[in-house]
Amino acid sequence: MKLRIEVVAIDSLMVRLFDAIDEANMPWMLAASQRLSAAFGEHLVDLVPSYTTLMVQCDLPPGQARALIIQALEGLQPDTGSGGRRHEIPVWYDASVGPELPVLAARSGLSEQEVIRLHSEREYPVFALGFAPGFGFMGLVDERLASPRLSTPRKRVAAGSVGIAERQTAAYPAVSPGGWNLIGRTPVRLFDREREGYSLLQPGDRVRFVAVSHAEFMALGGDDSPLEALA
Amino acid sequence: MTQLMIEASTALCQLQDAGRFGVRHLGVTQGGALDWVAMNWANWLLGNPLGAPVIEVALGGFSVVAEQNCVLALAGADLDARVDDQPLLPWRSFALAKGQRLTLKQPKQGVRAYLAAPGGFQGEAVLGSCATVVREELGGIDGRAVAFGKGQRLAFAGTLPALREVPEALRPRYLQKPVLDLVMGAQIGDFSGMSLFEAFNSDWTLDSRADRMGIRLLGPQLVYQGRPMISEGIPLGAVQVPPDGQPIVLLNDRQTIGGYPRLGALTPLALAQLAQCMPGAALRFRAVVQEEAWREQQGYLNRWR
Repeated sequence: MKLRIEVVAIDSLMVRLFDAIDEANMPWMLAASQRLSAAFGEHLVDLVPSYTTLMVQCDLPPGQARALIIQALEGLQPDTGSGGRRHEIPVWYDASVGPELPVLAARSGLSEQEVIRLHSEREYPVFALGFAPGFGFMGLVDERLASPRLSTPRKRVAAGSVGIAERQTAAYPAVSPGGWNLIGRTPVRLFDREREGYSLLQPGDRVRFVAVSHAEFMALGGDDSPLEALA
Repeated sequence: MTQLMIEASTALCQLQDAGRFGVRHLGVTQGGALDWVAMNWANWLLGNPLGAPVIEVALGGFSVVAEQNCVLALAGADLDARVDDQPLLPWRSFALAKGQRLTLKQPKQGVRAYLAAPGGFQGEAVLGSCATVVREELGGIDGRAVAFGKGQRLAFAGTLPALREVPEALRPRYLQKPVLDLVMGAQIGDFSGMSLFEAFNSDWTLDSRADRMGIRLLGPQLVYQGRPMISEGIPLGAVQVPPDGQPIVLLNDRQTIGGYPRLGALTPLALAQLAQCMPGAALRFRAVVQEEAWREQQGYLNRWR
């Protein structure tokens, strides 16, 4: 970890902790996030964590903000215990709702069952939320599952769609355009304005996908409309 | 309770306020009035909190009829507003009697007008704000960002404040070719020398590809020579440069993180000015440092204190 503080806007500073995406960053990012929230208190307007950075937007003069960041992060230790909840997210892996499941299998020379096993056996950290409310960028998936984004993004991806882009994986919280390779669908609501904290996933959480049958998916309230029905 | 009945509206007429804060880490965008200066004045005219919910009307096409006698305020662009057939200039509060019609027709000067009501227009606050963000289905009257419909009511609870105007000397001027202050950001040293010269010494033209997420600018091609970036938080007003070298100014409805290099970010005052520029308009950038921009902003805010 090597701290750098960069100017990004009139009221915002970028706190840069790392130079590369790495699961091992996460305990440090969590600890830094907690310390900055506590140090800035009501002066914090927004704190935007991403893979290697935390953007601090505050209502303090820039010099004071910079000094407070340095002070808050002095002697930082990784948070290996308290931070980050664990989630199990049920997924119905099926070509009717995840048309790239057979494509990924064919490309990697694996069976669809192997693709499902590889995707669901790892526990993934949530690196950041972005793109849409509650959309968590997770990873890294097994190298054999790595796939480039679709050359032409879909205009409509169903809510709950689970996809892969390069070595990252995510689930779409709501219907939206999207270019990720879809392999299944979850019945879980990822963003809910009535829920405490709104988003199921928070930066630094850990997620394991659990394969469920079509019957279980439906029993959990899933919508099995095939993707074509959305077009 | 006072109500206005909507007779005409467009997708560009929305309930907005100061925006949604404290939720960026969840991927939720900021939203809020693009021209915050005009919003502040519209609310100030009625004695409202400066960030109270207002109607942002871009380009006109908006018309309401009062169902009770009321006082409203209008600030920002001159959209050829009329009360029945009488012309109404912005930067003032005005009476609208029961049955009278307020119409905002088309741009004469500027792009976005702000209509305020005593106590603020009522909407369903979601995640702390009424700001309408269509992409996220958040905000607006119903909390789900559904567009205004003909026959729908805009409601507010305040009474009848005295009429007043924004002092002439304090009104923003919508310039032909504004010079917009840009706080230099971390990647500025990673653009080529020629690109840096051109960024701050060329005219930039507003592309028609513009919405509440961002505005593309056309001009010399800027060349970034640094390493590819990992996605990171995007501040309001960030001037990002995608591989085609044509900058995009990111506005209130931008995505929360992104990985394109940036020259820096426009100041809030520059953004208010930009929000009143039409596609095809020209502008220039002026480089400023963060401390200086911060001081200027604090000074400007004093007018409402």
